[in-house]
Amino acid sequence: MSNTLDLARETLLSPADIDDSRLQHIMNKLMSSRVDAADLYFQYSRNESWVLDDGIIREGSFSLEQGAGLRAISGEKTGFAYTEDLHLDSLLEAAACAHAITRAGEDRRVAVAARQAVQPLYTGDNPLESLPDEDKIRLMKELDAAARAADPRVKQVTVNLVASHDTILVLDNEGHLAADLRPQVLCYVNVIVEQNGRREQAGTGGGMRGSLTWFLEDGRALSYAKEAVRQALVNLEAVDTPAGAMTVVLGPGWPGILLHEAVGHGLEGDFNRKGLSAFSGRMGEKVASPLCTVVDNGTLPGKRGSLTVDDEGTPTSNTMLIENGVLKGYMQDKFNARLMGMEPTGNGRRESYASLPLPRMTNTYMLPGENEPEEIIRSVKNGLYAVNFAGGQVDITSGKFVFSLSEAYLIENGKVTAPVKGATLIGNGPEVLTRVSMLGNDLALDQGVGTCGRDGQSVPVGVGQPTMKVDEITVGGTAV
Amino acid sequence: MNRSIEQLESMVADLLAEARKQGASAADAAVSSSAGLSLTVRLGEVETIEHTRDQGLGITVYFGKRKGSANTTDLKPAALREAVSKACTIARNTCEDDCAGLADPQFLARDYPELDLYHPWDIDTDQAQRLAEETEQAARDFDVRINNSEGATLSTQTGSFIYGNSNGFVGGYPTSRHSLSCVVLAQDGECMQRDYWYDSRRDWQELAPPRTIGEKAAANAVAKLNGRKLGTRQAPVIFRADIAPHLLRSLTGALRGHAQYRHSSFLPDSLEQQIFPAWVSVTEDPHIPKGLASAPFDNEGVATNPKAIIDRGVIQTYLLDSYSGCKLGLPTTGNAGGVRNLAIASGDLNLEQMLQEMGTGLLVTELMGQGVNAVTGDYSRGAAGFWIENGEIRYPVEEITIAGNLKDMYQQLLAVGNDTDIPGSVRTGSWWIAQMTIAGN
Repeated sequence: MSNTLDLARETLLSPADIDDSRLQHIMNKLMSSRVDAADLYFQYSRNESWVLDDGIIREGSFSLEQGAGLRAISGEKTGFAYTEDLHLDSLLEAAACAHAITRAGEDRRVAVAARQAVQPLYTGDNPLESLPDEDKIRLMKELDAAARAADPRVKQVTVNLVASHDTILVLDNEGHLAADLRPQVLCYVNVIVEQNGRREQAGTGGGMRGSLTWFLEDGRALSYAKEAVRQALVNLEAVDTPAGAMTVVLGPGWPGILLHEAVGHGLEGDFNRKGLSAFSGRMGEKVASPLCTVVDNGTLPGKRGSLTVDDEGTPTSNTMLIENGVLKGYMQDKFNARLMGMEPTGNGRRESYASLPLPRMTNTYMLPGENEPEEIIRSVKNGLYAVNFAGGQVDITSGKFVFSLSEAYLIENGKVTAPVKGATLIGNGPEVLTRVSMLGNDLALDQGVGTCGRDGQSVPVGVGQPTMKVDEITVGGTAV
Repeated sequence: MNRSIEQLESMVADLLAEARKQGASAADAAVSSSAGLSLTVRLGEVETIEHTRDQGLGITVYFGKRKGSANTTDLKPAALREAVSKACTIARNTCEDDCAGLADPQFLARDYPELDLYHPWDIDTDQAQRLAEETEQAARDFDVRINNSEGATLSTQTGSFIYGNSNGFVGGYPTSRHSLSCVVLAQDGECMQRDYWYDSRRDWQELAPPRTIGEKAAANAVAKLNGRKLGTRQAPVIFRADIAPHLLRSLTGALRGHAQYRHSSFLPDSLEQQIFPAWVSVTEDPHIPKGLASAPFDNEGVATNPKAIIDRGVIQTYLLDSYSGCKLGLPTTGNAGGVRNLAIASGDLNLEQMLQEMGTGLLVTELMGQGVNAVTGDYSRGAAGFWIENGEIRYPVEEITIAGNLKDMYQQLLAVGNDTDIPGSVRTGSWWIAQMTIAGN
């Protein structure tokens, strides 16, 4: 951590000539007059992305983002300002804007000190430099070739390769200084297949906090190309989805997006502090079948949703949300934790220095049960087997959630049969998990491509679950 | 403070000169700067005051037929040089692409119209607070069942940008945007619902009154209380005007050049095909004064022009930038960066009359999820709204899905209402579709 902190100081503070005494000066300005809490957040981000499309490396782009966000809190009020210019005058001006939320009061003084060291969950190395450009290009061309070679029905291939590196440094009003170096890599393959005039698409990929070389290990990226083609070909055979309420078996891994939408958002601290969530005031109540234990765990090494420290400098944790069906905890940032008399859980996250932190998920997943996956399928007479998903949404107040299936099959007499297209699942968050009747022993996390959007802010997240049987859920489709 | 147009112009000139110096055969660059205030009042108290101030630049360089780009929020000279250098490195690694390059100079906007897009609002936080308070209070006073709030937000922003390229084009202008929104919760027993309303304008003097916005938010939330599920069935569906714009956006998405040349559109090779009934016409008008999406030139400096996209139900044009135009062997249509101010011609009926005409069916007022497949047109989304019988609202419905295929939905469009008074850059009334599949219990 001390090394991380030194590197962060060198990247963010030294070029602008900001030392500890100047940090103190800015914090004192931010904390003047009746402010309860404040923080100063510095960020320097580099991102590189490449696009292969229509057989050629069509585009590449580099982006550089830097700035500082300054926040002052008084009671339930928040004042916020940010600046791209990290020099003292700009920071002081932003501090004055942010602290204008309060009118008058006593000044306070803080002393800057490094927070206790936290063991990093990922390398601090810059992934943009983890492969020479020629190798990035070669990898993308190989994926294009592999997808096209996999089947003559493949008509179009798009490959995205993204690497980013974030350096953040945050100072709170206790004077604690924390820093994090955050790598992120992503590779995604999308294909379009055509047969007898019918076209279908599918995409798959993976990512993590680490180096681009990860994609080369064990043919990992190549497997994305093959998997995208396989899914697209399945869709070519897909029939209309039957509409109505039925038993649904969700596959392991990515279908954990159900947890993210159905219960995760509703357990973010601020929604519950304000009484906006369908889960508000239900702590200690039964909200799921006793089979269900759900956690949000930001401490998994290298995972896309993991963070060594959150954007308020709090180390992330493994937070119990639902234990054996009973609601146990919320995800908290410092602001909401303080107002609710709870402890922060390391879930204070922000898209960038230009947005306010909010309680957000990290890696949200359900712990495994005891059933064999095959046994779960066999137990269903008529239903749907949902394997891959294309995204979801929730209304945290009514609890209604929805998500779209990108690969799903009918289950008939205990056997997986025809693939279906255009299926959507809709349900009620506080109800759906009470209908979980079987749980697999095959917990898997997703491959690392999840992004969660809330209040206009996107953050990388992970989801996961074992095979799960839900006795009844409404399936949207066109066949009646 | 926003940077002046002159400062931005000189930055663009510096960027283009730097690109030339680093060996690029052509380049274009855009620089922007904006500043604003966003204030939220919740339950009568200020919750957040955000001072926003953004700046950024983007540069694209060409080495013959190879292309690379970079952007940065740091506008200091050293960062400018680094951005150009990164873009050049990338360009050397991308492939030769016959269609890569700047827009054909003959299409560049030489004399473009002034579209009246800049109306700065000299408003301080106290005034902003009063307007937000008034909005939220109107919502809370509307009905005793309004018992909680996510707050009312006033935001105001001004900005300016300059785009320039190495074919000699330089253009830019200042813009403003002001919004007022409100989100409230209604409760009746165990049932809790939230809903919102907003308005957004270039000219702050045209914003809907706080009371109207607050009351609409409250009315929407209260109306949703005690919704039921529906049994699975097929039925006619009316999409209320405020949620209808996505049906037009799916259309323009399918007509985008990128989707056409890649055959990733549910309307491939569809030029001059009849895809709507003959009474339907859809237009784009980028020159509406004070229009939210108005622009005199597109992201490549190409002059924009009003045009028919659908006439008598027939597709008139794809929506192209120079690159996708080249791929399809067609000239650009001035749509680099998107479509600006879409409109569908409306009929004579208001929403109530449409409900009467429909008799029995579903009025959809809210959609959830992303279940629109751009390649196949398969449409399957979560929905909420009202069940209609004898032209009257019978009860609110929720936790249902509606499904169909966009191609069929377009062909089965029975009417578009004249209830076009909705916020945003798309002008449409409510859409009445003959039949869709509803999934419930």
